[in-house]
Amino acid sequence: MITSPLKIVFFFAICIICTLNSVIAQTENMVTVKGGVYIPLYGVDSTAVKVNDFLMDIYPVSNNDFLAFVKKYPQWKRSHIKRLFADENYLVLWNDDNTLGNQLKPNSPITGVSWFAAKKYCECQGKRLPTIDEWEYAAMADDKMPDARKKETYNQYILEWYETPKSFNNSIGSTFKNYWGIYDLHGLVWEWTLDFNSVLISGESRKDVDKDSNLFCGSAAVGASDLMNYAAFMRYAFRGSMKANYAVKNLGFRCVKDLNITP
Amino acid sequence: MKSKKPFVLLSGTGLFAVVLLMILSACSESKEAEAKNYLGPEGIPVSQEMIAELTAPPNVPGPTARRKAKKLIVNMEVLEEEGEMTDGVKYVYWTFGGSVPGSFIRTKIGDEVEFHLKNHPDNKLPHNIDLHAVTGPGGGATSSFVAPGHEAQFSFKVLNPGLYVYHCATAPVGMHIANGMYGLILVEPEEGLPPVDKEYYVMQGDFYTKGENGDRGLQPFDMKKAVDEDADYVVFNGKVGSLTGDNAITANVGETVRLYVGNGGPNLVSSFHVIGEIFDVVRVEGGDLINTNVQTTLVPAGGAAIVEFKVDVPGTFILVDHSIFRAFNKGALGMLKVQGDENKKIYSGKQEEGVYQPEGSGIQEMPVDKDIVQTKETAKSLQEKMEFGKATYMRTCFACHQAEGQGIPNAFPPLAKSDYLNADLNRAIDIILHGKTGEITVNGVKYNSVMTKQDLTDEEVANVLTYIYNSWGNSKKEVTPSVVASRRNAH
Repeated sequence: MITSPLKIVFFFAICIICTLNSVIAQTENMVTVKGGVYIPLYGVDSTAVKVNDFLMDIYPVSNNDFLAFVKKYPQWKRSHIKRLFADENYLVLWNDDNTLGNQLKPNSPITGVSWFAAKKYCECQGKRLPTIDEWEYAAMADDKMPDARKKETYNQYILEWYETPKSFNNSIGSTFKNYWGIYDLHGLVWEWTLDFNSVLISGESRKDVDKDSNLFCGSAAVGASDLMNYAAFMRYAFRGSMKANYAVKNLGFRCVKDLNITP
Repeated sequence: MKSKKPFVLLSGTGLFAVVLLMILSACSESKEAEAKNYLGPEGIPVSQEMIAELTAPPNVPGPTARRKAKKLIVNMEVLEEEGEMTDGVKYVYWTFGGSVPGSFIRTKIGDEVEFHLKNHPDNKLPHNIDLHAVTGPGGGATSSFVAPGHEAQFSFKVLNPGLYVYHCATAPVGMHIANGMYGLILVEPEEGLPPVDKEYYVMQGDFYTKGENGDRGLQPFDMKKAVDEDADYVVFNGKVGSLTGDNAITANVGETVRLYVGNGGPNLVSSFHVIGEIFDVVRVEGGDLINTNVQTTLVPAGGAAIVEFKVDVPGTFILVDHSIFRAFNKGALGMLKVQGDENKKIYSGKQEEGVYQPEGSGIQEMPVDKDIVQTKETAKSLQEKMEFGKATYMRTCFACHQAEGQGIPNAFPPLAKSDYLNADLNRAIDIILHGKTGEITVNGVKYNSVMTKQDLTDEEVANVLTYIYNSWGNSKKEVTPSVVASRRNAH
């Protein structure tokens, strides 16, 4: 089920690197997320994680953005891409290598891209994909507070989105602006993370609630935080079903950048 | 074992095997010997491949008695799609095969099932399937976990005869089940189940919506209510009315009916009952234990039962969860319509219809709140009034007054072409608001029954009356909420 870390290292090695001169760090349309210590959704007190300050894209990468990328780096065009890096669903809704399909809007989030393509896109902007912890940390925020996970209405909002079909074709920026000034972390598309498969959730989700597992220790699974767990479960289950070459209609991405490194 | 055509296996079989088969089928003792040579059910050989016939409820695929164990290929697609819980109430269902409950799978002991689970690319979530008929970790869940736009395949041998539930077991498990991801898989014994005249697939499930029962519009799943086990809808086959009116299941007098009854839950157990019938045979929990002469059988969440009965007299027999408010107030109500000659020896009198009690829907005898919550969507045109009114009618009035307003002879007066109704609008409003007891004459026929007061808003009363007055040959009055309000305040 899960691509082993070893395989990823292998892919890293053979991945084509952006030519250095094209890497111009784009920090416009990014905002600072102030880091801190947080307990991941799957965790208990002892598993608190430190997240450093980082910059995150305000919006997910759009169809137009990605179109510009493949024009500049033709090896990531639909007809050129290696099967190792993306399955048959890669950009499947596009008419051809250089044109979006009829049902896609330029300003909607790019979907149908593999982890390799997303990772490469970010690298070519002088950025990188967010880690799960960075993504989850930023996505704890609702419009008013940095950690809204205990808010019933917030979790209900997330759960409702999970049940809404075909939201991938809405425009970027069409959901709420969160505490950090970031849009669309919930409500538009799933998003790739750098280490999407580092938290192992097996195909048998009920097994993952026992104490032997890193994920969803007994206390969390039966505690008062059911709503919170349910929303989180969905994301972790989704990530757990992915392989790095999968291209999925409801899955896009955005990029982040470390704050302390100047371009 | 009981195949009458052993020679169909001739093609593609070696001469030795042919001779062996001929010898084996020559006498029944040899057949017994053959059976004993199996090392238990897992030793049953499979010969050919076949694609499994899958059916949407209330239908079931044909019996397996006449075939040998096979490699059975099941192709099942997961679809997340919007459907209708009841008139005007939309819900996003997650389904196995496009229906709730999912497609019925019929196998026989010894079959080697090759299962293909296909997750449609438009879907948002990963899914898997846990079949209680599988002997193996997770009932197949681990091996079938699959992302949107992908397909997973695994195989299993069916070892135990019985009727089994299957369901999705992807996190969050409760939510996947609550959204409709369950169904039944039948494993028949070698000789098949005894033949019957009619077989149907009925599966109960409980649903939790953000709005209350009957609130219009697209209703999201409500996790809090699900955790609290506070169901808004308890239904057969995925929605209110899936087994009533034109959708009723049918049989003829003298026929034997077999119901494959499942309960997907996620939370509630079912007290399954058919009003006006006694189950001649219940295969308790879908297993080998046979109980006879049963009135109500318990179907656990994630469990099943097979009930069989002969229908002796004509009429409409009502399927309910005998936790009875679920039936009359939350939707767990179905109909078996039986046609044929009456048999006065078995039943004489008011035998036409089997409604349980003259209860309406709505909450009975609750004090009416002054700030009655208005439905969020209000009807603006006659067409909308008709639409909304029909929804209220189907929820509240249908069980007694019936789909075409024809009523039930000797019990509930007709609304269609009703002189009583058309004569006095204010009286009609009053009856809905305050109830009515005692004898009345409608179209020359006397009725003496009870209608309880209905807890409906002014707008709901206006809409449902507009619907009734503009249907079935009535006088086409359009009723406004303000007229209803003035009658309400007059008392």
